Amino acid sequence: MTELQASECARVVKVPRIDARPQRFRDILIALAAFVVLALLPTIFGSKQLLDFVIRCAAYGLFATSLNLLVGYTGMISFGHGMFFGLGAYGFGLMMQKTGVSIPVAFVATLAMTLVVAAVIGAICVRLKEIYFAFVTLAFQMLIHSTILSWQSLTGGDQGLRGGIPRPPFLGIDLSHPLHLYIASCALLVIGLLLMRQIAQSPFGYTLRMIRDNPTRASFIGINVWRAKLVIFVLAALFASTGGMIMALFVSGAYPEFAYWTISGEGIFINMLGGVTTFLGPMVGTVLLLILNDTVTRLTEYHGIVLGIVILFFAIGLRKGLMDFVVEWYGHRRSETGERAP
Amino acid sequence: MDLDALASCFASPACLVTQTTSGLIIGMLLFLVAVGLTLIFGVLKVVNFSHGAFYMFGAYFAMTAYQLTGSFALAMLSGAVGTAILGLIFERAFMSRVYGADVLMQLLVCYAFVLIFDDVVRMIWGPEFKSMGMPAAFQVAPLFIAGGVVPPYYLLLIGVALAAAVVLGLGLARTRIGKVIRAAAHNPGMVSALGINTGLIYGGVFALGGMLAGLAGALAAPVRSLTPGMGFSVLIESFIVTVIGGMGSILGALLGALLIGLIRSFGSLGFPLFTEGLMYLFMVIVLVSRPTGLFGKEVA
Repeated sequence: MTELQASECARVVKVPRIDARPQRFRDILIALAAFVVLALLPTIFGSKQLLDFVIRCAAYGLFATSLNLLVGYTGMISFGHGMFFGLGAYGFGLMMQKTGVSIPVAFVATLAMTLVVAAVIGAICVRLKEIYFAFVTLAFQMLIHSTILSWQSLTGGDQGLRGGIPRPPFLGIDLSHPLHLYIASCALLVIGLLLMRQIAQSPFGYTLRMIRDNPTRASFIGINVWRAKLVIFVLAALFASTGGMIMALFVSGAYPEFAYWTISGEGIFINMLGGVTTFLGPMVGTVLLLILNDTVTRLTEYHGIVLGIVILFFAIGLRKGLMDFVVEWYGHRRSETGERAP
Repeated sequence: MDLDALASCFASPACLVTQTTSGLIIGMLLFLVAVGLTLIFGVLKVVNFSHGAFYMFGAYFAMTAYQLTGSFALAMLSGAVGTAILGLIFERAFMSRVYGADVLMQLLVCYAFVLIFDDVVRMIWGPEFKSMGMPAAFQVAPLFIAGGVVPPYYLLLIGVALAAAVVLGLGLARTRIGKVIRAAAHNPGMVSALGINTGLIYGGVFALGGMLAGLAGALAAPVRSLTPGMGFSVLIESFIVTVIGGMGSILGALLGALLIGLIRSFGSLGFPLFTEGLMYLFMVIVLVSRPTGLFGKEVA
């Protein structure tokens, strides 16, 4: 690249000014408010179904939002992100069943295990680009799925981890109590989202966007692209693993489907449904998909057709997710009214 | 793990022949599916995630045609032609709308159709396992080669798949249409500037890919059970084949398919529960050492 071209690049790319402090304060306030609202839900409605729904939203929401750190922010389409969801569920379940440690210890240990596994797998995967990255992550996912199926003595094979996961009380929290589990899941969700939001808004988060938009330029200005991709791959894995742990606690077990590739497919679909350019898009997508799944399954046995048509509507009709659409439409309207104003 | 079984098989010619033949038919069926996939990727630059559905439709079309007419030849023909038409419609009506769009969009359109097609099959043919049964012409005594059992149908299957490979390879390399297709893969803008209808080529290639997958399904119908969703495992395996061979390479697809077929057939002896795992492990090893597959070209 000649100097002239380099200066062209510098001129074209708009560098946003990052002043994270006021935003961080606002984010924490929003997170606190969201947590209070979620925590008050049981006293207002108190229906068991609603609580279960929110817990499932927490598990899948953490998973989908963490996947968006890869897909939307870094441009890495992982088709194997579900392996970390499965790993979290199995790791946590096994730890509780076999070792008898307390829940916080098992939680941290599972995260540590996920970190190691994700670092090894990530180091291999992030070298590859685009469709090859998608496939090699898919292969690792299926490798882990096959391992779970064939290591029957440890994982119970295709029957999954059965016999329930013991949930001894700790610090006055008893996760075998539905309300406690609900509050804990909400707390994990809100904390997880807040942390991911901080990652996305940090200078590192903007580095990721740059890698997505122009990896060559990023490496030219001295960014170690491989390392940045690996770091976000591992971080995203940790949040996905947390989602898996919530799921394991919720169903009191772990099943091979948690690590099957379809869970990654669903994650991608959730992202598409909600939108990948807004931070909360995946969360909206999660709620939409779960509602859609629940209602359609109740109405017809052919829910594949209905789901398929909805996907087609988003992919061919809107060509973007719901939140992307809303944000764009809102921005459009605001700029129009802004022009009309004197 | 049962390494003794594997070792004793390698020591016995009969077992070697039986396992190799079964590996070859898995491989040849996979090749037919995978070569369509690799062709569609090579020319249209689209990863057709719904390709397994064409395999499934091929099998169901063949079964229905066989039950109606009792003719094996007609069954194969309807499997191949039916899926070719389906492929053409699918490409013109839906896939052509997402060319040049995000890879994510293309994957999603295909994913939507995986869901839709599976349910369509469930509606038409029912959710339960079906079987076409071996046609009377092939219900003859098996051949014995070095003590190994080889059903004649297996030989037909391998023969048809090999013939398809040769016709396809020569057709692409030597004929005018083949050259146009390769040119369109390389530079669609130039080809369309020369007055050739690229939409037609894209539709044709998609139909051809669908036909090959449908033929594979039809050939598999007498020896496998039919169920909605049967395309799925085949799809994943043929993805492994194309990725190992290098996306877009026909020779790579052939080699990859044979390797995967043999790994499956011998792996089921030595690692009965981890046979699938072996394939993925092999894919990981190949991709780590050669990121674009064995015969893949370096993407600029």
